[in-house]
Amino acid sequence: MARTAVSGRLATRLRWQAAALIERREESPTAQTLAFDLPGWAGHLPGQHVDVRLTAEDGYSTQRSYSIASAPDADRVELTVQRVPDGEVSPYLADDLMVGDAVEIRGPVGGWFVWRPEQLEPVLLIAGGSGVVPLMSMIRVRGMIGSRVPFRLLYSVRDPADRLYGPELDRGAPGLDTTWVYTRGTPDDWARPAGRLTPDDLVRWGWPADFEPTCYVCGPTGFVEAAAGMLVALGHHPDRIRTERFGPSGG
Amino acid sequence: MPIISRGFHGRKPDPGRKLPPGQYETFDFPVLSAGPTPRVSRDDWKFTVTTESGARHQWDWGRLMALPAERPTVDLHCVTKWSKFGTHWEGVSLDVLLEDVETEAEFALVHSYGGYTTNLPLEDLLDGKAWIAHRYDGEELAAEHGGPARLLVPHLYLWKSAKWVSGIQLMLEDEAGFWESAGYHEYGDPWREQRYQGD
Ligand SMILES: Cc1cc2nc3c(=O)[nH]c(=O)nc-3n(C[C@H](O)[C@H](O)[C@H](O)COP(=O)(O)OP(=O)(O)OC[C@H]3O[C@@H](n4cnc5c(N)ncnc54)[C@H](O)[C@@H]3O)c2cc1C
Repeated sequence: MARTAVSGRLATRLRWQAAALIERREESPTAQTLAFDLPGWAGHLPGQHVDVRLTAEDGYSTQRSYSIASAPDADRVELTVQRVPDGEVSPYLADDLMVGDAVEIRGPVGGWFVWRPEQLEPVLLIAGGSGVVPLMSMIRVRGMIGSRVPFRLLYSVRDPADRLYGPELDRGAPGLDTTWVYTRGTPDDWARPAGRLTPDDLVRWGWPADFEPTCYVCGPTGFVEAAAGMLVALGHHPDRIRTERFGPSGG
Repeated sequence: MPIISRGFHGRKPDPGRKLPPGQYETFDFPVLSAGPTPRVSRDDWKFTVTTESGARHQWDWGRLMALPAERPTVDLHCVTKWSKFGTHWEGVSLDVLLEDVETEAEFALVHSYGGYTTNLPLEDLLDGKAWIAHRYDGEELAAEHGGPARLLVPHLYLWKSAKWVSGIQLMLEDEAGFWESAGYHEYGDPWREQRYQGD
């Protein structure tokens, strides 16, 4: 596991900044993309996250981390929030926060789970559920800069309704291959039966370990544990497998 | 003036529990690590303390087990915002492991199987504040939580409690570890909310 260089920008204090919601979009019945206005946002690397702070009228406040879904764009950051039943923060963000309402945001945070455009090796992205969010930022930055680095995405969701960014991924991009893995229900006429991600899926749709891809695995803890373990068993060097675990629960 | 998020009420924390700023209580045991979980067998496990002069002190699993263990019950605070109260551990105090080590060092760089590192002042490992923990909640420590053994330094954010610990390097000068060189705070006191550099 290599150590990352200290980025100069991260060395300065990360300030909390008021951020007004400027747009919301439904990605699935349970997930919403929220676009915030962040004047003076200095940009981010794809894969980084922000901290979001909510404060109630009585002064009570709480924080959560959310990955950045968008490519860097002046004064604008998009997050995609999956509603966790009975969650303290995600149902509020997904359902209640209205255009014009404000939260506080600081970041970007994280210097490890990032894709840097100067990386030239093939990239394997493995997402479970909302774990696709930081990977989508990588895909979008790749497209934005016209990179030719070959990307493969294996994206595991329960059923077709749970897909995030479906139309954009179906449209695809040259050099980006997307494979959908459905764990509970598939579209009609789907060759792969519903079921959890297997080593065979990774052999078929991922990169051979010999190609020395950098692998990014993101999702609920159980999914990440399983997928990262399979990659190691298939011969991928642990130093080339970067993980981000979103949720405490398995899945 | 804090920015109020209109219509947000939140879940008021249990008033009997004191949470560090920005933390919320969880009842699960989430996992945070930067890569795949290393699998280290107890037969191969070794723990090595290296001093600034290069002297090495090494324990294998059998020698660790032969040392007196303590059973601390501690609260955990993770930089990803969750806190977990009253967790039960069993492990060997660093005071025991470092007892016969001669050093002038003020800093420690902790190493793990898999290559992870984290740095902290040596004094934060002493005086009953840190353990090499090998059991959690009455059971052998699971690999995803750092088994066979992990460092446990509960008064700092949990990334300092290196999982899969393989050794401690004692040094005269501080050297940044893995997250510390990726923008996280060099010390990481949850009560002062030292999450990121500059906090
Ligand atoms: C680095 C990082 C990046 C993240 N990026 C995103 C992102 O892009 N999009 C996103 O939607 N979330 C993301 N998360 C998760 C997010 O921070 C919150 O944990 C999540 O929104 C739940 O918060 P909550 O307040 O609604 O639930 P809480 O009130 O914290 O939890 C309620 C219950 O749900 C369980 N729970 C909490 N989180 C999850 C989960 N993710 N899956 C299943 N059960 C859960 C808890 O154990 C608890 O029992 C990220 C987390 C991290 C650490």
